[in-house]
Amino acid sequence: MAVLQYREALRQAMVEEMERDDRVFLMGEEVAEYNGAYKVSQGMLDQFGPKRIIDTPISENGFAGIGIGAAMVGLRPIVEFMTFSFSYVAFDQLVNNAANMRYMSGGQFSVPIVFRGNCGIAGSLGATHSHRPEALYAHIPGLTVVMPSTPADAKGLLKAAIRSDDPVIFIEHENLLGDKGEVPDDKDFVVPIGKADVKRPGNDVTLITYSRMLKVTLAAAEKLAEDGIDAEVIDLRSIRPLDLDTLVASVTKTHRAVIIEEDWPYCGVGAGISDRIMQVAFDELDAPIRRVTAKDTPIPYTRVLEAATLPDVAKIVAQVRDVLYR
Amino acid sequence: MAQTTTEAKPAVTRNQAVGWLRQMLLIRRFEEQSAKLYQQQKIWGFCHLYSGQEAVAVGSIGVLREDDYVFTAYRDHGHAIARGMDPKAGMAEMLGKAPGCSKGKGGSMHFFDAEKGFMGGHAIVGSHIPLAAGVAFATKYKGGDQVTLCYFGDGAMDQGALHEAFNIASLWKLPVIYIVENNLMSMGTHLHRHSWTTELTLRGGPAYGMPGTRVDGNDIEEMARVTREAIRRARAGEGPSFIEAMTYRFRGHSMSDPMKYRSKEEADKAKEGDPIVLYESLLRDRGWIDEATLQEMHEKVKAEVEEAIEFAETAPEPSLDTLYQDITVAPYIPQE
Repeated sequence: MAVLQYREALRQAMVEEMERDDRVFLMGEEVAEYNGAYKVSQGMLDQFGPKRIIDTPISENGFAGIGIGAAMVGLRPIVEFMTFSFSYVAFDQLVNNAANMRYMSGGQFSVPIVFRGNCGIAGSLGATHSHRPEALYAHIPGLTVVMPSTPADAKGLLKAAIRSDDPVIFIEHENLLGDKGEVPDDKDFVVPIGKADVKRPGNDVTLITYSRMLKVTLAAAEKLAEDGIDAEVIDLRSIRPLDLDTLVASVTKTHRAVIIEEDWPYCGVGAGISDRIMQVAFDELDAPIRRVTAKDTPIPYTRVLEAATLPDVAKIVAQVRDVLYR
Repeated sequence: MAQTTTEAKPAVTRNQAVGWLRQMLLIRRFEEQSAKLYQQQKIWGFCHLYSGQEAVAVGSIGVLREDDYVFTAYRDHGHAIARGMDPKAGMAEMLGKAPGCSKGKGGSMHFFDAEKGFMGGHAIVGSHIPLAAGVAFATKYKGGDQVTLCYFGDGAMDQGALHEAFNIASLWKLPVIYIVENNLMSMGTHLHRHSWTTELTLRGGPAYGMPGTRVDGNDIEEMARVTREAIRRARAGEGPSFIEAMTYRFRGHSMSDPMKYRSKEEADKAKEGDPIVLYESLLRDRGWIDEATLQEMHEKVKAEVEEAIEFAETAPEPSLDTLYQDITVAPYIPQE
């Protein structure tokens, strides 16, 4: 296994899949000659040429739709949004065309496409560039939504997404791009969509999280361990479909759950997960499910206020103590 | 291509011309009967009729190859039939039946027929215009020479999706032909109240580096001639074209529209340009069709639509388990 950055793992996934299948191509703003605004696609133009690594104008609605049209007739586009905050300009294409095409055509047209790019409250980017779009897209039947938190998952999930016959919303995190980790070299290494991963086993409380919040949650788990609290940390990886079985198995063991997410609270992913768990495992719970989320405000620019919006170790520990009544 | 009038040199053979007339009649009859079924509440939701605009779809789709592609907006019955969709499948779709062209899940605005390269009925104004560029992109990527025809109304000229797609289509020389059916109405808003210019070729053609041709959309052979030139250009790798087809919508925007916003004089005048009446008259003058043949054609079309209605009315409803079918290719897991 090689040690790679998260961005390098993403690139390796795309390169391997493009070598494997000539229907796969990458399209987006600055992906080719600039080598990627975040250097995820660095070197890919040199390897694959301008036919398959394609710079677009700043027209998210237009090129998202072009990708969907190409997918309807058998190509397998990877469409990069420089950040997922910009995907809102293309919301109609993703929600009305990518998600609905198969259903409203009675199964005649499918849309094997990956929309990928980073997201998150990444550091003084302000309200327009700090979106966490997962709840919006996970709301939509027809879309698959995945969010890797480690380099290995980034590679394995992206390969699974490219091989999927359905539209996948693949959401990276800007603050994870430089993280390093061991990544399998196997060209057929894929992380199955719809499977959560227990990143830290434990017995006292279940901490459910995803993407960049995994790191904060693992840090909180270490802090709790110092106080003799043994937390299990589950990384969702797939937001839709949800791996409910893994969550219920854990809650059945710990009887307590806290959900940690970088998105806003109301109608968020954690709200949906909390509902799902309570529907099937209410009797297993010894305390209400608690959530640690971003504050319900637009995201401010200045550091002290931005930090105040985010979940942190102290906030997580406080909620864990609440569900443990100690 | 030399400029010729349809009279001096017909753009089509006699057989093709008679076939086109029949298709226009079939669309008209299909639409008029759809209106009745809507009034009887057998067709639900939104239903937009194509009556008056038939020559645009039939004259342009009529010069395509079988392996080409067609996209249109929500006023889609005419294009689907022109592309060869069985009227039974279309009628069954509107009645929400299992053998409908989209299995009863699309309705009037979302007809699809993959086998015929009919890429849909799309109901968000302008939303399908990038999709058509995408199919053309795929054709070029795969090294094919198919063309993609994409229709929309004059209202779509005001959507950003159109302008983004036009720029990229021209930048990348995609084999797509954009046809605006200028029926002078963006739902209930007249052209001069929604567009800074009433000449849409100024907004959609040269502005984006593609030829923009305004054509009388009620003249089916002129429609065919202009489309042929655009097809030649697309197949030769010269890029997209923009055609502004002047036409008129005989009915309201949708079935719920009483058309109070336009005068009786305007509507009456438009009916003088009825593309079917014009073409019947032209074919009679050429001696390509006589009264008896015409009468028989009307009867056969009437019977075909009756048969489609009979088929749709007696077809089964989709079973409830189809609710969760065809959402994803992978096994679908409802998040309930």
